[in-house]
Amino acid sequence: MTDAPLLEVTDLVKHFPVRRGVLRDREVDRVRAVDGISFSLPPGQTLGLVGESGSGKSTACRAVLQLLRPTSGSVRFEGREIAGLRRRAMRPLRRQMQMVFQDPQASLNPRRRIGQIVADPLRRQGIGSGGERRRRVEEMLERVGLETAHRQRYPHELSGGQRQRVGIARALILEPKLVVADEPVSALDVSIQAQIVNLLADLQEQLGLTYLFVAHDIGVVRHVADRIAVMHEGRIVEQGDADQICERPADPYTKQLLASVPIPDPRRARAR
Amino acid sequence: MSAPLEIAGLRVGFATEDGLVQAVDGVDLELRAGEVLALVGESGSGKSVTAQTAIGLTGAAGVRIEGSVRLGGEELLGADEEVLRGVRGERIAMVFQDPMTSFNPVYRLGAQVAEAILAHRPRTSKAEARAQVVELFGAVGIPDPERRVDSYPHEFSGGMRQRAMIAMALALEPEVLIADEPTTALDVTVQAQILELLGRLNRERGLATLLITHDFGVVAEVADRVAVMYAGRVVEEGTLDEIFYDPQHPYTWGLLGSTVRLDRERPRRLPQIGGAPPSLLELPPGCAFRERCPHAFASCGEMPPLAARLTDEPGHRDRCWLEPAAKRERRQVEGRIGLEAPGR
Repeated sequence: MTDAPLLEVTDLVKHFPVRRGVLRDREVDRVRAVDGISFSLPPGQTLGLVGESGSGKSTACRAVLQLLRPTSGSVRFEGREIAGLRRRAMRPLRRQMQMVFQDPQASLNPRRRIGQIVADPLRRQGIGSGGERRRRVEEMLERVGLETAHRQRYPHELSGGQRQRVGIARALILEPKLVVADEPVSALDVSIQAQIVNLLADLQEQLGLTYLFVAHDIGVVRHVADRIAVMHEGRIVEQGDADQICERPADPYTKQLLASVPIPDPRRARAR
Repeated sequence: MSAPLEIAGLRVGFATEDGLVQAVDGVDLELRAGEVLALVGESGSGKSVTAQTAIGLTGAAGVRIEGSVRLGGEELLGADEEVLRGVRGERIAMVFQDPMTSFNPVYRLGAQVAEAILAHRPRTSKAEARAQVVELFGAVGIPDPERRVDSYPHEFSGGMRQRAMIAMALALEPEVLIADEPTTALDVTVQAQILELLGRLNRERGLATLLITHDFGVVAEVADRVAVMYAGRVVEEGTLDEIFYDPQHPYTWGLLGSTVRLDRERPRRLPQIGGAPPSLLELPPGCAFRERCPHAFASCGEMPPLAARLTDEPGHRDRCWLEPAAKRERRQVEGRIGLEAPGR
């Protein structure tokens, strides 16, 4: 690959101090949530970050996006160092990197209409007139498989799958280059999961998006990712081509993870 | 001898502001001794409501229940609360998805399990109850049970709490165990251990287990028979092999087709089921799946009965009007079982 990476993460560390004492000024221990991870993500590709609860994958996402201040290490976006940038310096960069969350129920304001929710990032960034924003919102709703009429609805009036489409529309309205999706399908039913996975793939193709796709389900991750990084106890224990990791894992933890995934085929399950 | 659990013509409706939600709409199930019956479906299919009604947990104002639930031949629907209290735990027990919310956080785990024993067996001494709990903790694979019975719920990992929950469910040696998504909240490495445990306990103790899940991987690992639910009804029922290798209902094809498979080459796109499940407020007459089914035809305006349609598979029943030969042909999508090709 000759493309310069869109995102390059080197030795990223996020520790949470455990403080004691009356003034909480004595650091007695540290939770090593992310303990020195490195990866590189070329434009237009998908890196799947897979791990179980407590592996540090969600903290890693937030530290990459500077939603949490990294303890140390480097995060380069289009070659520019963003680790430790202040809020104000990050603001123009926020347009370029957006996030899709696990639970669309919890991440959408229940008192705002869908149209307002999707237009919010535009307003915050001061983009477009009212009419123009409305046109862009309608266009985006159609792109994610909703109807323009959904603009007037509230989140509770939509199904889980439709709500996740709203979450995706909100993330894409600013035309970001990087989308960090943290467990975007794990709260959804199987048949809806497939719809959303396919939608994310279509959008990537149409818009040339780059994904950091974070999930606990290695089956889903293999389906969407070009490369997979397996996280365990704050570290990446193995990374490589998605099929290769799943077919020929080298690390013992990856092997155990893969061996634990139930096979939806009774004859094979019995043979195991 | 009657089956450990027989559910017949079960209908459960919830009165809401918007009208009656018919969550369960005519379910018949027979759970046999020593088997694991998986009840599979997506959210809102009625699988959990069916189970909760069977154990008498849905009896509140605004709930309309019809039909019959028999435990070893004895009718539970409409039975006195006192009768139900004697039955629950004693003869039918339940394991829930989230073991954190099922235990009281301020009491020691062993004491909570012992309390269940003492409530039902008042002549047991406290020391005997404790000894039984230690034995149970050992049986469900909790290491160092002598010491661990004195732990509090937060001192256990998710997997260990689920083991303690299973120990509690087994404390009174019930005939029937209902496990509602018992591994959904757990990591996959822990899930594998809990499934193994449930399978082993089922065999060793001759339990009849009703396993509620949305995950066909879990089903393949532990179930003997499968019932697939959609919009409050069972749409297909059969042995594990019948459901996986000869599924008759298009909804089952769709579910199997959209399950992510690590054991196969990845397809470019995941096969999906279009649309969303219907509102249970006003189910139109006829097959509830027909709006999402690419194979629907005129007959689907009428509800097909759950019936055996294959002479060589008498226990395999489904609710679909298509001819079996047509089904076997149409479910083949790109060489695999699926509902339709994953179009754009």
